[in-house]
Amino acid sequence: MSKIEKVFATLKAKKEGALIGYVTVGDPKPEITPLIADALIEGGVDILELGIPFSDPIADGPTIQAASLRAIKSGTTPKQVLKIASEIRKKHETPIVILTYYNPIFKMGLKNFFSLLNKNEIDGVVVPDLPIEESYHYRETAKNYCVDTIFLATPSTSEQRLLKIIQYSSGFLYLVSQFGVTGTRETLQDSTVRLIKKILPKTTGYIPLAVGFGISKPEHAKLIIQSGSEGVIVGSAFVKIVEKHQEDMDMMLDNIREFAFELKDAIKTRS
Amino acid sequence: MKKPSKYPINGKYGKYGGRFVPEVLMAAITELEEAYQKLKKDSKFKKDLKYYLSEYAGRPTSLYYAKNLTEKIGGAKIYLKREDLAHGGAHKINNTIGQALLAKRMGKNRVIAETGAGQHGVATAMACAALGLKAEVFMGIEDMRRQKLNVFRMKLLGAKVHPVESGSKTLKDAINEALRDWVTNIENTYYLIGSVVGPHPYPMIVRDFQSVIGNELKRQFMLKEKKLPDALVACVGGGSNAIGTFYPFEDCVGVEFYGIEAAGKSIKSGKHAASLGAGTEGVFHGMLTYVLQDKVGQIQNTHSISAGLDYPGVGPEHSFLKTIKRAQYKTATDQEAIDAFCVLSQEEGIIPALESSHALAFAIKKAKEMSKDQTIVVTLSGRGDKDVEVVADFLREKIE
Repeated sequence: MSKIEKVFATLKAKKEGALIGYVTVGDPKPEITPLIADALIEGGVDILELGIPFSDPIADGPTIQAASLRAIKSGTTPKQVLKIASEIRKKHETPIVILTYYNPIFKMGLKNFFSLLNKNEIDGVVVPDLPIEESYHYRETAKNYCVDTIFLATPSTSEQRLLKIIQYSSGFLYLVSQFGVTGTRETLQDSTVRLIKKILPKTTGYIPLAVGFGISKPEHAKLIIQSGSEGVIVGSAFVKIVEKHQEDMDMMLDNIREFAFELKDAIKTRS
Repeated sequence: MKKPSKYPINGKYGKYGGRFVPEVLMAAITELEEAYQKLKKDSKFKKDLKYYLSEYAGRPTSLYYAKNLTEKIGGAKIYLKREDLAHGGAHKINNTIGQALLAKRMGKNRVIAETGAGQHGVATAMACAALGLKAEVFMGIEDMRRQKLNVFRMKLLGAKVHPVESGSKTLKDAINEALRDWVTNIENTYYLIGSVVGPHPYPMIVRDFQSVIGNELKRQFMLKEKKLPDALVACVGGGSNAIGTFYPFEDCVGVEFYGIEAAGKSIKSGKHAASLGAGTEGVFHGMLTYVLQDKVGQIQNTHSISAGLDYPGVGPEHSFLKTIKRAQYKTATDQEAIDAFCVLSQEEGIIPALESSHALAFAIKKAKEMSKDQTIVVTLSGRGDKDVEVVADFLREKIE
């Protein structure tokens, strides 16, 4: 059982949902990311998801696009992201997942990338533009270096594909809540709840399920967990706080900590 | 579309191509591939396509012997495949008619497209108007400013234009934004890509629809010269008119292929768009191909005087043809393209698109080195009316 899966198992025993918090590394500046990570973890984030900024993030809405641009402008490179992740690792036990588009990995080379992850005790990777069809060498290399490969399932994924995606995933399965790109949304759609209930019988007993995209309020998180999901992923809502308080770091960190706390508080009891 | 294609195999041209897209798009891409494989053998579809290509788009376009230009240069005989005469003034209509017919047969009534200079946007708007589909076109605000007339043309043709303000505000980000729209509205929307780029099956579909260029050219050339040409020359941005020209000749070993990319101000200056000439392998817009990127994999902004070549990637089949050395990829600078633009206008009374002028610039150089009994065909991918303002600015002359 990987470290990520252990966290899910422990929380399950306590009847708690897992909170997975995302930020883009290097936004607004590389040296601030470790402080943001501290705030997220203090607030109650169970798994930290760190994004490598990419110039053309096609699966992301305006919030994370802007964060990526800020991070690139501040000089953040993929290797620097891994260095920052290793700093965070030295301070916290919380599992760390790297989110990146495929090109930075391709450019670095699969072996090089995964060996760096292994060396820095980073636990998993999510690649939003790498479907299972293109993933053979990626999965094999990840396995050699004991890094979890977290694949995505979506409302348009057929049952046949879903079974394969589950088979190829480790750590957890990332379920995209609805059609569209990342970004905060005012309401959670009924279809998301139906989707979770449809997927759950396939994942239960095989791999933990976490739901992301558009989840920006404690009541959304609560509904996701009450619908049976074992985890909830929140990204753009945290990135928005970073964006809003770029000039006032204390305010930024306080708000992040507090928001993480509210989210975690809402998912502490799984029915 | 009569020739069975060896490539792609499993969506790949050698190692290039593939489907590097978010999972949410996989169902739509698979559905598209299945629909296309079925429809390309469907007699009604073939009949409809043939009808629209001839009656609506004005095909076949002529293969014109550029006698004056040939005599001026004094080398190989230069022929021009006149895609500038197709409806809309460019080869783009070959693809948009084909894909719009596909969208219609798939029951998708909303069509989205990206555009750089506006040529593909206009061709999409035309095809959709003709077939009763709703067209929405994504265009960078920087390009909208540079190509005001094409924005107005699209609106006249009934299309909705979405200004794109993200990233570089040009073609690359227009594609990003179209992909984001597609991810969101996948159930009723058809994404009509304008070049041989993007995830499989797009590079194959666009190639097949553009192959009408090479197929016609082959027939026309055989009738005129009773042999095959020695060299084919076409410009390469994404590379659709070039693939359309080359593909029907891929097995004709004596026919040399030259794809001409934009060297912009110069390759050395870094202000260019030569993905094959100066790029490295990368994964971008759903495909593994040659890309202009920095050393950590961030995609770079490009420069060319011709908006249609101003793109940091290239079709995966071109990357393959380069690797197996079936085609050679050369470049022409802004200045060389402008010179060729002026020469053809004066010698033949044909104003070529700036994109096509890159191919011409190389062909003029190449023809000089060849003997008089040899032949060279340049695909004149579009007409240059849209470019006269840019050229006038470049030459620092006032149009009046």
